[in-house]
This record gives sequence, C-alpha cells and structure tokens, in this order.
Amino acid sequence: MIEIKNISKSFGNNKVIDDVSFVFEQGKTNLIIGESGSGKTTIMKLMVGLHEVDSGEVLYDGLNFPALDVKEKQEIRKKIGMLFQGGALFDSQTLEENIQFPLDMFTTMTKAEKSDRVNFCLEKVQLSGKNKLYPGELSGGMKKRAALARAIANNPQYLFCDEPNSGLDPKTSIVIDNLIQSLTHEFNITTIVITHDMNSVVEIGQKILYIYKGKHWWTGNSQDILKTTNPELVDFVFASGFMKEVFNAVKNR
Amino acid sequence: MNLFFHLGRYFILIKRVFSKPEKLSVYMKQIVHEVDNIGISSLPIIAIISFFMGGVITIQAAYGFTSPIVPLYALGFTTRESMLLEFSPTIVCLILAGKMGSNIASEIGSMRITEQIDALEIMGINSAGFLILPKIAAGVLILPFLIAISMFLGIFGGYVMGIATEACSSYEFIFGIQAFFEPWKLWYSFTKVITFAFLITSISSYFGYYTHGGALEVGKSSTSAVVYSSILILIFNFLLTQLFFT
Repeated sequence: MIEIKNISKSFGNNKVIDDVSFVFEQGKTNLIIGESGSGKTTIMKLMVGLHEVDSGEVLYDGLNFPALDVKEKQEIRKKIGMLFQGGALFDSQTLEENIQFPLDMFTTMTKAEKSDRVNFCLEKVQLSGKNKLYPGELSGGMKKRAALARAIANNPQYLFCDEPNSGLDPKTSIVIDNLIQSLTHEFNITTIVITHDMNSVVEIGQKILYIYKGKHWWTGNSQDILKTTNPELVDFVFASGFMKEVFNAVKNR
Repeated sequence: MNLFFHLGRYFILIKRVFSKPEKLSVYMKQIVHEVDNIGISSLPIIAIISFFMGGVITIQAAYGFTSPIVPLYALGFTTRESMLLEFSPTIVCLILAGKMGSNIASEIGSMRITEQIDALEIMGINSAGFLILPKIAAGVLILPFLIAISMFLGIFGGYVMGIATEACSSYEFIFGIQAFFEPWKLWYSFTKVITFAFLITSISSYFGYYTHGGALEVGKSSTSAVVYSSILILIFNFLLTQLFFT
C-alpha cells in the first residue's frame, strides 16, 4: 500500500501539486486521471523520488520515502517497477538483456534461473521468442509490453505505469490494460496507472483519483465515474460526444 | 556565478560517480564494453593521423635543417621529441576529445531525454556511477595504450618518410631516436594522458548527464562537451608542463 499525505510541489512560483492525499491500495489498479498538465505525472515523480516534495509524506507501507536516506530509498526502489510513457528501454541492449538487467544488478540468480525468469516475463506480456530483438526493432505496443516485462522482472511490490496507452491503437491498449490488471491481481501488487484514456478508466479503474489543477478533486471507481455529477469531472469524462452517446446507450439498455 | 554553479554540480556528480558500485561484476563488464566502445574504436584514426604527422614532422625538419653543423640524426631526435612531448599526448587527446567527447555526451544525453536514466534511478541504481564510472575507468585505462601506439607509429612514420625522401639514413634516424633520451619525459607524457583521459570522459559525461529537452539539446551538450574538454586539456597541458619543466 502507498499513501500520499498532503503533498505539495511548486516549480518557482507555480504551484503544481496542492495538498493532495490519497491511499493506493494493494492488489488493486489505482488510477490517477486528469487533463494534460493537471499534475498527474508530477505526483508519480514525487512518489518515486524523481522530484522532491515541498511538503507532505509519501508512505510506502508506513515508511516515509522523502525522509529516508539514499541507501534506504534505494532499497524501496528495488521493490518498484515502472513502465515509462516512452518505454525507456535501453537501446543498446536486446529485450532479453533489458529484462535481465535488474536481475543482474540485484539478485544472485544463476544464468539458467535468469533465463527462465526472462522467458517467464516475456511470456506474460505475450512476447515469447522475441528475446534477441533490440528496442529499435519493436512496434510501439511491443515496446510498452517489453517495458512492462522489465518492470515485473524483479517481482516488484509496487508497479507504476505512466500513460501506458498513449500512442497505441484501441486494440493494443486493451491488451496492455488487461496485462496490467492481471499482473496486479496475480502478484497482489500495488499498481498506480496514470491515464487519460477513458476506456482504461472504465475497464481497469478499481480506485480512481481525479486531479484538477493540481488538486485532489474526486475519488471513486469505474462505476462511480459514470454517475458523477462533479462538473469538472463530467467535462473531462464526457468531453467527446462519442462518450456521451456510449454512456446514454448503456444507461437506456 | 554560472562557472561556480557548473563547478559545484560537476564535483557533486563526480562524488556520486565514485560512490560504491551496486555490483562490481556488472561494472567490470561495462568497463570492458567501454574500452571497446571509446578506446579500441579510436585506434584506426589515431594510427592514420600519427603515422602521417610523424612523417610530416620529419620532412619539415629536414627542410629546416640546412646548416652543415646540424647533424642528420637530429631528424630522428626532433621527431621523437615532438611525438613524445606534444603531438601524441596533447594533440591526439584533443582529437579524441572531439571523437570520444561527442560520443559520450550524446549517448548519455539521449539516455536522459528518453527517460532511460530515470529508469535506472527508479530501479535503485546509482545512474551516475553506473553510466559514468565505466567510461572514466575505460578512458584512463586505454588512452595510455593508444597514445603509446601513437608515439610508436609517429616515429615509425618519420622513419619511413625520412628514408623514402632520402633526408637521412636509417642508421642516422635510429641513432637520433635514441640520442639524449630522458626517461622522465615519458612520465610527463603519460601523466598528461591520464589527466586528459579523466577530463575528456568526466566533462563529456557531465554535459550529457545534465541534458534537458530534446534532440537539439543533445547536440548542444555534445558541442559543449568537446569545447570545454578541449579548453581544459590546453589549460592542464600548460599547468603540467610548467610543473614538470621547472
């Protein structure tokens, strides 16, 4: 479980995150949603320590991450898997080497054990047999899946996904969403997904935090969001006429 | 103020670079990879430049030494001194600052803008140590060998050109190479090489590591890496020369 308590962050005079609190539950897909520039990615970067909080606490199972020393932070980070928006795979390494990298760094596994683990992770993300390909040889969806395989290689307790569906077609997006959800349930991890893909919100949003202008604006789940009367959230969710029609069709059925 | 900001940030980065590695065996593999990447791949260009420069030094010296009181073995002596003291340790390092510096800065800069460095940090890896330490170690290890090869090929180039243009005999040139040799000059040369290797790799890594933005900024980082490495090589060349020769 990860809990953020009253976190705030400013860049210069611009207050980007304003007193946000939320509990990200274990074994659930926790979503952070909001418009572009609302502060979603900043919250994630504050949580993993890529930015420092100005005030507030980020508690990993009770441990306040910003207050820890470098070594203690590194220990927590070893339990984190992260899927970056662009994948962030190491270009000079094959898929196999990319996935094996955290195992090389932090485990005492034998070569055979590492190879088994790599194949297991590749199978999980439906990329079996692609071990020797380089990131440059993969499509956008394959890159995301490969990055997900690397994120889960070292059995993370916490999984962060920054806009896992951006730039993907609807079919591939569903594959990625399903993968994230099944991994979360199978390994009972705390998953945090940043998205503004409404399909993801409806499909996998077990707990949702809506951020509006850097503030905690609304909390609920995928069912609640379709019934919301919160004006800003309604604007966000039903921004497209298509979504409105889908919603009305479902409601009238 | 800008200078102090960069100096402070550079030394903080260097402190992180030299903190204890997470896993030595992985770092060792990286060092071997970097020796090949930034060292061995530079061998052809160094070999070509050194051979021809050695030849040119000999030809120019032969043209200048017209007085009968200057012995012909002076050609070998001049070529040796030029290659050992200045051309191989300084000029070749300046050339390498261009090749290695831009390579290192653009590689690390690209990793920064594509979030690969963030990925390392989130895995719990000291990204500065993991990316930069192997480059510095590889540079400091391999450059003395490259420069030794450059010295040999430069003198050999001088020998070939000297004989081919009939400026002197083989015996005279070889005698000149051996004449008045002072071993401490090799210490001076290789001290310079190790210093320059550290400067090139660390400064280029610094500019790459702190790249922000996109492709344009990666290009700017590469340019800054080459410019500042070259300027610092010249400054340290002056300081070390003053130190050894006084």
